[in-house]
Amino acid sequence: MSILVDRNSKVVVCGMTGREGSFHTSQMIAYGTKVVAGVTPGKGGTEHLGVPVFDTVQDAVERTGANVGLIFVPPPFAADSILECEDAGLPFVVAITEGIPVLDMVRAVNRLKANGKTRLLGGNCAGIITPGEAKLGIMPGHIFTPGPVGLVSRSGTLTYEIVWELTNAGLGQTTAVGIGGDPLPGTRFLDILQMFEADEATKAVVLVGEIGGSDEEIAAEYIRKEMTKPVVAFISGRTAPPGKRMGHAGAIISGGKGTPQSKVEALEAAGVPVPTDTSSIPELVREALAKAC
Amino acid sequence: MKLHEYQSKAVLAQAGVPVPKGSVADNAEDARRIAEQLGGRVVVKAQVLMGGRGKAGGVKLFDDAESAGNFTRELIGKRLVSVQNPQGMVVERVLVAEQVDIAEEYYLSVLLDRDVQKLVVMISAKGGMDIEEVAATDPEAIARLHVDPAWGLCDYQIREALRQASIPPHARSQMVTMIKRLVRAYVDADADLVEVNPCAWTTDGRLVAADAKVSIDDNALFRHPDLAGTAEDSADDPIEAEAAKRGIAYVRLKGDIGIIGNGAGLVMCSIDEVAAAGGRPANFLDVGGGAKADRVKACVELVMMDPGIKGLLINIFGGITRCDEVARGILEALQQLDLKVPVVARIEGTAADEGRKLLEGSPLVSATTMREAAQKIVALAYG
Repeated sequence: MSILVDRNSKVVVCGMTGREGSFHTSQMIAYGTKVVAGVTPGKGGTEHLGVPVFDTVQDAVERTGANVGLIFVPPPFAADSILECEDAGLPFVVAITEGIPVLDMVRAVNRLKANGKTRLLGGNCAGIITPGEAKLGIMPGHIFTPGPVGLVSRSGTLTYEIVWELTNAGLGQTTAVGIGGDPLPGTRFLDILQMFEADEATKAVVLVGEIGGSDEEIAAEYIRKEMTKPVVAFISGRTAPPGKRMGHAGAIISGGKGTPQSKVEALEAAGVPVPTDTSSIPELVREALAKAC
Repeated sequence: MKLHEYQSKAVLAQAGVPVPKGSVADNAEDARRIAEQLGGRVVVKAQVLMGGRGKAGGVKLFDDAESAGNFTRELIGKRLVSVQNPQGMVVERVLVAEQVDIAEEYYLSVLLDRDVQKLVVMISAKGGMDIEEVAATDPEAIARLHVDPAWGLCDYQIREALRQASIPPHARSQMVTMIKRLVRAYVDADADLVEVNPCAWTTDGRLVAADAKVSIDDNALFRHPDLAGTAEDSADDPIEAEAAKRGIAYVRLKGDIGIIGNGAGLVMCSIDEVAAAGGRPANFLDVGGGAKADRVKACVELVMMDPGIKGLLINIFGGITRCDEVARGILEALQQLDLKVPVVARIEGTAADEGRKLLEGSPLVSATTMREAAQKIVALAYG
């Protein structure tokens, strides 16, 4: 079992013929992911990496039965691509693209929420992987291994770091999800925790958060009130200065939230251990698993 | 990207928001001429992106154009220093604007509410003050109004928010219009902050944006080529300005241990570890994907522009890129640069053993975990 993607996921890659799209699509195919279509306007009817290319997502879905969209489209056109995937009826879309204008995301995220047909993961995320089944994104596939730990993270390389330590400690993963580092993620910690809670194969969860926003606090509230599975968390940016990019007005929107102290306190109050170094995570996960079984 | 006050006011004026008449000048003669056109009774404001510029002597009122010109002569090229910015900033331009006779001061801003995932307008009758302080001491004094991305704002919603914020009735009608125009300015300019503080009610009954701060979403600068060119002179730190020019994600932290890593989370984590080991991190720097030699070299050069650096920590997780390639990149970069400070490189991930072997015999100190790397660089730098 796993969440969101598995061996039955049939992927259409938007922006597949570009440099990033090509490189990562070939890596995904090598991993065993079923990439059934690519979309690049103007290149419909051609083939790239052995995969048929279409002009529009609608066409790709009708002809290949693709059920997940993956977006490598450059930032100026990425939100358009997200909405195209929604209109084509795809229930799940993963946006890897970094640097999508925030206002584009405000419009896209709110339309997807209002229509309620499509879940968006990202933008600016590493993607999602169910080890041994499907990899949709830019993570190095070989560091992951199947097992009982669900992982959700706002950071790419920090995820790799922690997964590498988990894997080396013999702790495999059900699914690892990068929700991305943008201020407006399509999917948030809370959404993924609910899915892990419902997933039979997931026995423990690792949550990797960072400063800014208050999604960690919202997640902590859910863990405290409703979650039965053990969670181990890590928060990066504990010593970072506040409000560097947000300016005065930005720092006030969440009141006292968004600081590392607020996140760590909220998580600890929910019974979640929050170590200060990543190396302690495998041992804490092992303890949590032993208690849970 | 933060805009100067004169740029911010131009963005607002374009959307129809009333701002005091004025113009920007970079020399005394221009300043004098602008002041003369405005009738001589003007305010001269240094255009530097730092807090406390008024207390630092960067803002003054004048009754005649000649004195405004003379003050500008003194100000241009001068370094202003404030509590918020002890290093100070050199004044290159001044804004010469008509004086506003203020009867009442309010606060208005538009920004992104990350929790609700929509734009929010913040309204307060307590203008002219530090809004964070108002939020902390009297949160009820701020009304919040979320903007539907499809519908925008309706007048009745704004009227209700103004009532909640206790804005005096005489100012409400003009403020409804101003708020709609501020939201339009935000959207048209791809802003990530529009703040009017104070929003002034004048003695002759007009609502005017007496001061304005606009910041543009860096991701959307490609849609605003007219503003994009001003990026480097808007960073409030010379190294950050250079980093912006080179396209490197760098934040100055004012310590003495330079930090380079790949991925924002991993770099933040490295900074935390250095601080936990008793060090003072000098910066945040995300080298990005790949860590090729020329990229690493550019990053090391940038970090070393900070004169007080006592040591350098490089922390790379090799994923798709192999660690031995990363190690070669680091070695090549450091061979080309003659560094006088100790360097600890911690590389982990794919082919880490091969990578660490390559670093053996070089002046680089290698480490296995982040914690070990942080402790080593702190010991070497301060030892």
